[in-house]
Amino acid sequence: MLKKISLFCFLLGLNLMVFAQHNHQEHSGSHNHDHHGHSHDHSHDHGDHSHGHNHDHDHGDHHEHHVNNITSSCGSPAKVVHHEGYDPSATAIHHISDANVLTIMDMVRIPLPVILYNKDRGMEFFSSGKFDPGHHDDGHYGYKDYVMYHGNIYRIKCPGFNENTPKFEVQGFDKVVYKDEKGKEHETPYAIIEGKAYEMEAKTIWDGGLLGGGVTSFYDFSPTKNVVGMLLVCLLLFWMFRSAAKAYATRKGMAPKGMQSFLEPVVQFIRDDVAVPFIGEHKYEKFFPLLLAIFFFILGLNLWGQVPFLGSLNVTGSLTVTAVLAVIVFIITNINGNKDYWKHIFNMPGVPWFVKLILTPVELLGMFIKPLTLMLRLAGNISAGHIAILSFVGLIFIFGDAGKSLTGSLTGTAMAIPLTLFMMAIELIVAFVQAFVFTILTASYIGAAVEEHDHH
Amino acid sequence: MNTTLTFLAGFAPFQPTPGLALWSLVIFLMFWWLMSKFAFKPIMEGIKTRENDIQAALDEAKKAREEMSNLQAENDALLAEAREQRATILKEATDTKNSIIAEAREKAKDEAQRISLNAKQEIENERKAALVNAKNQIGSMAIEIAEKVIRKDLKGNSEHQEFVSKLVDEVNLN
Repeated sequence: MLKKISLFCFLLGLNLMVFAQHNHQEHSGSHNHDHHGHSHDHSHDHGDHSHGHNHDHDHGDHHEHHVNNITSSCGSPAKVVHHEGYDPSATAIHHISDANVLTIMDMVRIPLPVILYNKDRGMEFFSSGKFDPGHHDDGHYGYKDYVMYHGNIYRIKCPGFNENTPKFEVQGFDKVVYKDEKGKEHETPYAIIEGKAYEMEAKTIWDGGLLGGGVTSFYDFSPTKNVVGMLLVCLLLFWMFRSAAKAYATRKGMAPKGMQSFLEPVVQFIRDDVAVPFIGEHKYEKFFPLLLAIFFFILGLNLWGQVPFLGSLNVTGSLTVTAVLAVIVFIITNINGNKDYWKHIFNMPGVPWFVKLILTPVELLGMFIKPLTLMLRLAGNISAGHIAILSFVGLIFIFGDAGKSLTGSLTGTAMAIPLTLFMMAIELIVAFVQAFVFTILTASYIGAAVEEHDHH
Repeated sequence: MNTTLTFLAGFAPFQPTPGLALWSLVIFLMFWWLMSKFAFKPIMEGIKTRENDIQAALDEAKKAREEMSNLQAENDALLAEAREQRATILKEATDTKNSIIAEAREKAKDEAQRISLNAKQEIENERKAALVNAKNQIGSMAIEIAEKVIRKDLKGNSEHQEFVSKLVDEVNLN
């Protein structure tokens, strides 16, 4: 057992070292290219996509930014500056974010379908391979006025940009931080095309402007890597359950075997310890499929997200997915609410009227807070776990000065392995606990909505 | 408004994107429906059937055990009854034997009495017959003697002859 663990540690360390080295090459591989303003050097090697497209230069101020002298959003003269150094938080967020490309171990990039909508051209459908994404999932090319930056699709804000030549080369990306009149800092991403900086806008986000997004000029309805992962996990789960379900017909009157005996205890656990105690023996059957679907959907995706380098999915850690689940729970709970349930919200029996003045708004609020907590708890826990693991792995780059110092990398690796192992073990527990908690709370909300009160 | 959640600004996993919302809604609803119809339903039915089967088997075993103990009691009762019957039968048999013996003894006694009576009668008859025989023989002997005596005295006397004949007749008639 100890031998196996140490072998695993060794392999993991080796992996991380290779990864760090790879990262270093990516960052330092093309320092010699120089593209100043309009003096674009067309001689660089288009065939060398894996290394050559972060055209970095100007070692004078690497830790600053970037795009100089932005005078207009529509093509200010600019030069591309590579950001030296390692930004752990940006890296972590990038790795747990959704993307329009499925990247395995920063080497294999599987292009995904892209479905976009904007008012000018309507629906557009093409492959994300058109962007030819490279390191950091930044696209080497643009398509019409779309570009790929950190795995996401952005649109060049310049009206009428490049409408006639659908494919164009993107030299790099950058962000400009500026202060508005109130002194508040804003970050605007720019794409550098032919030595000019073009302001980009992100896809529409339904956050009401609260999370730095908002409604923009286009919508992205693409099946992203999270969607592909969701489909894969659902298909896998369906296949597992189907083979178990078939066994009940083919092995009638026999003891459970294989997949059947693997899934049956879990199903029975959800029934005997979640559905029946919370919803009741006579009513649980109506809601049992939903509880099972929620449990296995979340558990499957949680576990899939644990596997490193398999697209690094963070489906259950994205608020959008948990919000959809929470909305379904909210709808199912409230359309099944009986007279007692609504009475307890609007007119709590046995309580004086002046208390009701406070209680009714609180109960009404609670109706919405319940699914809200479901949504936040799951997304928060899973994202937090992933960030913790990525931060520990990030130690290697911090100590190794982004791959430049081998001794530092080794020290970082030695620290990262036990911490990452520990965190992964915790994450494994969290994967089960969060799936269970979401299910048991759903059961309790539904149970409260369908409960009969005879004592009033 | 922007100030409230700035710490989350740019935190992409928490940005609600319409595309992902749409896809996850469709995928989850499909998953829910497909799993309910093709997986959870047969599995739940299978589990329920098995649970019912196990319960039925347990009930049956319990019933069989009860029946078994009932049967045992019945057997015991039957055995006791049989023993009692045997005892009565034996007693009856003894009684019958005794009565038969007594009867036989009685009968034998009667028979013996009858036989001895018969024998006595026979003896009497025999004695009488013997007596008659003896009388006859004595008579004839007496006649012979008397004849011899008379022959000597009454030789050729027809009157005597006649008388003797008459006597002989009388003896014969007897």
